[in-house]
Amino acid sequence: MNPVIVSSLTKRFGDFTAVDDISFEVRRGEIFGFLGPNGAGKTTTIRMILGLLAPTAGSVRVLGMDARRETAKIRPRTGYMSQRFSLYNDLTVIQNLRFYGAAYGLGNAQLQERIRAALQLADLEGREHLKTGELSGGWRQRLALGAAILHEPEIIFLDEPTAGVDPLSRRTFWDLLYRLVEEGVTVFVTTHYMDEAEHCHRLAFIRRGQIIALGAPSEIKRHKMRGEVLEIAPENAARAVEVLRTARLEGALPLESVELYGALVHVILPEARKHRKDILRTLQNAHIRVHNMDVIEPSLEDVFIAAMQ
Amino acid sequence: MAVISLRNLTRDFKTTRAVDGLTLDIQAGELFGLVGPDGAGKTTTLRLLAGLLDITAGEAQVLKYDLKTQAERVKKHIGYMAQRFSLYSELSVDENLAFFAEIYDVPREARPERTAHLLEFAGLTEFRERRAGQLSGGMQKKLALACTLIHQPEILLLDEPTTGVDPIARREFWNILTDLHLDGATIVVSTPYMDEADRCSRVGLMYEGKLAACAPPREILRQLGAEVIEVHPADWRAARGLIAALEGVREVQTYGEALHVLVEAGTGAKRLREIEKTLKKHNLACNNIRLAPPRMEEAFISMIRELTEETAQGDPHVPRP
Repeated sequence: MNPVIVSSLTKRFGDFTAVDDISFEVRRGEIFGFLGPNGAGKTTTIRMILGLLAPTAGSVRVLGMDARRETAKIRPRTGYMSQRFSLYNDLTVIQNLRFYGAAYGLGNAQLQERIRAALQLADLEGREHLKTGELSGGWRQRLALGAAILHEPEIIFLDEPTAGVDPLSRRTFWDLLYRLVEEGVTVFVTTHYMDEAEHCHRLAFIRRGQIIALGAPSEIKRHKMRGEVLEIAPENAARAVEVLRTARLEGALPLESVELYGALVHVILPEARKHRKDILRTLQNAHIRVHNMDVIEPSLEDVFIAAMQ
Repeated sequence: MAVISLRNLTRDFKTTRAVDGLTLDIQAGELFGLVGPDGAGKTTTLRLLAGLLDITAGEAQVLKYDLKTQAERVKKHIGYMAQRFSLYSELSVDENLAFFAEIYDVPREARPERTAHLLEFAGLTEFRERRAGQLSGGMQKKLALACTLIHQPEILLLDEPTTGVDPIARREFWNILTDLHLDGATIVVSTPYMDEADRCSRVGLMYEGKLAACAPPREILRQLGAEVIEVHPADWRAARGLIAALEGVREVQTYGEALHVLVEAGTGAKRLREIEKTLKKHNLACNNIRLAPPRMEEAFISMIRELTEETAQGDPHVPRP
């Protein structure tokens, strides 16, 4: 049985439906990404999965148990790391870990060993006695992850763990998550960084309380993208944008969007290959030379934006 | 024509050198992106350019002003949007614009037309009566940008303007920036998002106060000197170690169920066959394998990792944090 099963989950606050009949399952040993813009229902969903909030309808089962009624049995087998890390800034690294270990009811001998493992995972060996408040964002984030896995949970829930952390630290953090899943841990992570979606094995994209895409990133790209992305390298990108936008407004070319990317132009349109020649001709008629023109793979962000519009 | 000209620009704080000998020219009409990890010196650079911080050493000229002696005079020619740009949340959209028009001495008769234009531009016309505090994060950023533009600055300096906004708003914000750029504005923008570097006409990668690379996005990818082989193995755990151990493999980055293998430019096709052969020899199925162009994110992470390793090897000239 899959470790997290969400069935027809709904949450209403008065007349507002924050989560609207969503269903998905998280498989053992995968990184499952839960994505969506702010206010789409991500936090409400994760709070119901953690058993902190009662659903209006539907259910959540975690490790085969009811998320709301059997919280006490679920908690020792799951870990949670929130956006705000909830570390004590005045405590040292090791004091924070001891505090969390004690909170999870770890005995002394076991705690020593788990703290060593957490320090190693977070690459914080040698920094045990630094004040947590003095660590950079990336270090603190890894410490928080270390604290969340002290009790060797089977599933770990991460709520926007990388918000406000720089790209290199974010990458290091993802490499840590891959190590955890290699050891068999299941990871459920919410994020609003679209580039992180590509790091998930599977993901759900939520908007206005509903799931609009679900699956592996490559599947979502195959099935959800309306239109294709054509990358054009013209001699004068600024002029090319102008000419193509005019053609779009006049209905001469079936372009959904025309945007500048550095010295390149990205156009989204259905059946890009079929219209290549027309686009080329339009640019040539305006005396713009085109060095190169390629259909490129859309980013997940392209796909979601297309799916939302 | 260079509108920003820096020579060995340096700024020290108590114990750190935040900006370390920066030499850079930015031409009129560029959309220049400053990218790099936290603490690399992006914000300090922008503040120096905005005339908000004193220079420790070196030269900096913005427009025709010398920042050492004329920093005050620069201010009215630039629009600076700080990371935590403060709008007045109790004031409406219109009132915020009016407030900034007042601060920047925008001639009274020019205000109505300019305000209308900026509201239109930022897609805020229908929200002009709404209090700023009640706008979404994305709309607040657009309003902040509009306020930054009210005095028609010649240079825009934007410090991480899209941090924390949702993807649609982020895309809209960049579409506005590129439209400004198409209209001829000079923009310097810092960002922690590597994919945004693709939208700049030129990109500077900052690391430990220095420019580690500075070129148009395509050129940066060329400088990486690498090709990427994208592998979709049925079992990525088993495949990763095998591939990482192969000759000529620079780095293996995990992307969900896919592995991105960086190899030297020009060796992609050969390495791809070797990966296929190795996987086959170990009876590992592979759903898909192909050569893909490297992405900005891969280029930067690879570059920064190399720099970090160099630093770790103990260059005595590099200050340690």
